[in-house]
Amino acid sequence: MAGDVMIRAEGLGKKYVIGHETERERYTALRDVAARMARNVWKRAVDAARGRAIARGEATEEFWALKDVSFEVKRGEVLGIIGRNGAGKSTLLKILSRITEPTAGRVSIAGRVASLLEVGTGFHPELTGRENIYLNGAILGMSRSAIRRKFDEIVDFSGVEKFIDTPVKRYSSGMQVRLAFAVAAHLEPEILVIDEVLAVGDAEFQKKCLGKLGEVAALGARTVLFVSHNLSAVGSLCKSGLLLDRGEVLCADEARKVVARYVQSNNTLSRYERNKPALSEATLMSANVVYDLHQSPDAPQILLSLSIQAKRDMEISIGIRVKDNFGAPVGYIPIGALNQNEVIKLSRGINRVEIKNPARDFASGSYLLSVDVALPNVVYYDRVEDCLAIDIDGLSDTRLKALDQAWGWGSIVLPPSNVSVTPIRM
Amino acid sequence: MRLDEEQFDGASKQHVLVLEAGRAERHYWRDLWAYRELFAILAWRDVAVRYKQTVIGVAWAIVRPFITMVIFTIVFSRLAGLPSESGAPYPVMVLAGMLPWFLFSSILTEASSSIVGNSNLIGKVYFPRIIIPATSAVTALVDFGINFVMLALLMAWYAFVPSWRLLLLPGFVILAVLASLGPALFITALNVKYRDFRYIIPFIVQFGLYVSPVGFSSTVVPERWRFWYSLNPIVGVIDGFRWCVIGGESALYLPGFLLSLGVVALLLWIGVAYFRRTERSFADLI
Repeated sequence: MAGDVMIRAEGLGKKYVIGHETERERYTALRDVAARMARNVWKRAVDAARGRAIARGEATEEFWALKDVSFEVKRGEVLGIIGRNGAGKSTLLKILSRITEPTAGRVSIAGRVASLLEVGTGFHPELTGRENIYLNGAILGMSRSAIRRKFDEIVDFSGVEKFIDTPVKRYSSGMQVRLAFAVAAHLEPEILVIDEVLAVGDAEFQKKCLGKLGEVAALGARTVLFVSHNLSAVGSLCKSGLLLDRGEVLCADEARKVVARYVQSNNTLSRYERNKPALSEATLMSANVVYDLHQSPDAPQILLSLSIQAKRDMEISIGIRVKDNFGAPVGYIPIGALNQNEVIKLSRGINRVEIKNPARDFASGSYLLSVDVALPNVVYYDRVEDCLAIDIDGLSDTRLKALDQAWGWGSIVLPPSNVSVTPIRM
Repeated sequence: MRLDEEQFDGASKQHVLVLEAGRAERHYWRDLWAYRELFAILAWRDVAVRYKQTVIGVAWAIVRPFITMVIFTIVFSRLAGLPSESGAPYPVMVLAGMLPWFLFSSILTEASSSIVGNSNLIGKVYFPRIIIPATSAVTALVDFGINFVMLALLMAWYAFVPSWRLLLLPGFVILAVLASLGPALFITALNVKYRDFRYIIPFIVQFGLYVSPVGFSSTVVPERWRFWYSLNPIVGVIDGFRWCVIGGESALYLPGFLLSLGVVALLLWIGVAYFRRTERSFADLI
């Protein structure tokens, strides 16, 4: 191992066995094992009696959460790990933090690892804030003397001085998170492993934590592994990136390049499939949204593909209703209802309708789309609520001085109605 | 998993941790020692939480053995007419046996559910998992301390003077803890995979109370059975306790005691070995 390599993973793999039993039950009970064994014996006896080959055990499925993952992390490097849900990010972190064992391959780690897979691990509601700082600190691997030394700093960072001797069960959830993160922010391991923990807490506090993390990264003294869905955080905080997909390393490069690659690879945002037969004159059979970067990488498009079954040749209009994550209506894309020239002509059978919108028309955030198929201004043929989801990630960096600030803020432009300038000091 | 030391290319020598499938950790016990502070703080947490916001917390540790002692004295001494040991008052003899028994049963009960009860820690942080069931021994020892004060008061009440052997009691307390940890670790590890083992514990505790010489002296066991009776490791532990506390002519039946010691050692070895073999997969099972 070279002097400055802190982590080296070689051919890392993690296999889980998913059986039909373990899928149904959260845990195994000896009773069920006994019942299954009895069943198997019976099955084998029947198979043997009928002269068939004896069936092997119970049907189980192997699932590789990680497959042949290799990478290196150098001292002072901040590595961002990104990927879709189920890509194996958390499994990788669990192996690196020794919580679970790899099935294949090996990792060599040179240095003390502290892992932060959750804020406030081990917080006990009956104990006071002060007691929980000691408890949580010890769980995260801080020594008693280190906690005592940093105690005031931690309390100060958390902003809960007044309630430090109150049981944390009386805290608001925000206060608990702040206290928990304050402890975590004062960890001083050589290697810090962080999972999606910034997703909790209010925006103000998130900013503070990202700032603290940025500080750590800038010092270059600590090696940090950072899993996040917050692509802009990964892009700005991390030097290098690792893109995982279905347990495999898809790309390992500079953080910004990896993020860009992820945005491209992740282009199918969501799909919908009707699972009932079509009844109406015109029915939405399936739909999907992709993030289209092919035409111009600088101006990505949201491409909606709808597949509509028509019982005859007909003219329809389509309405796409857009809601934000909280269900609040934020927009409407009408096609053919307001303008006769935009009416969509369908032929009898299945028709594919493609609708393109510039992604920058949406502000950064997550949206749900509902699709309406209608006889223009007369009657709805089909309405499908919240059938598609899209995620618009602005990747905008507020520190950039280049004029792309509008990116990520959506298509609503509010013109000032009145501007006045008053010099205060002469 | 393997903890390994390698020479770095750089000037400084540093520990390199190698994680690999199916490797036994070479420095298991040294690693455990490194986590002693966590052990202390988790034990402190368990004790603090136990007595926090509970009115009957301490009272419960007194009431339960006291009532059991009264009932056992009535049933075994008054109704069944069993003798005590070397002239000690029957309640003193019962309590001297009940102290290690409650220590054993509470370690067994608390430890067996401890890993499952701390699943949030197991899934999120690494530490030697054996720390968790081991901390339940500390809580049980605190209760033991309270019970011991009760025994001292009872002896004062009967004006019963113990002999010098009482000084050897700490050794037997350690023996009782070791005797409990063996089966406790084994069942704790099993309980992670097969949750129905938690139903077995109350059963063991319930019939163990009658199988072990808690309410009566092991001297009432017929001589030819006495040796085999000591296959129950708690027999040796309780006999040892009574030998310390009651003193006088109360003699230790040596072959039986040695057999109990052997069984304790064997169970401890099985418990630790099984726990170590399975603890690496706890996070995947829980």
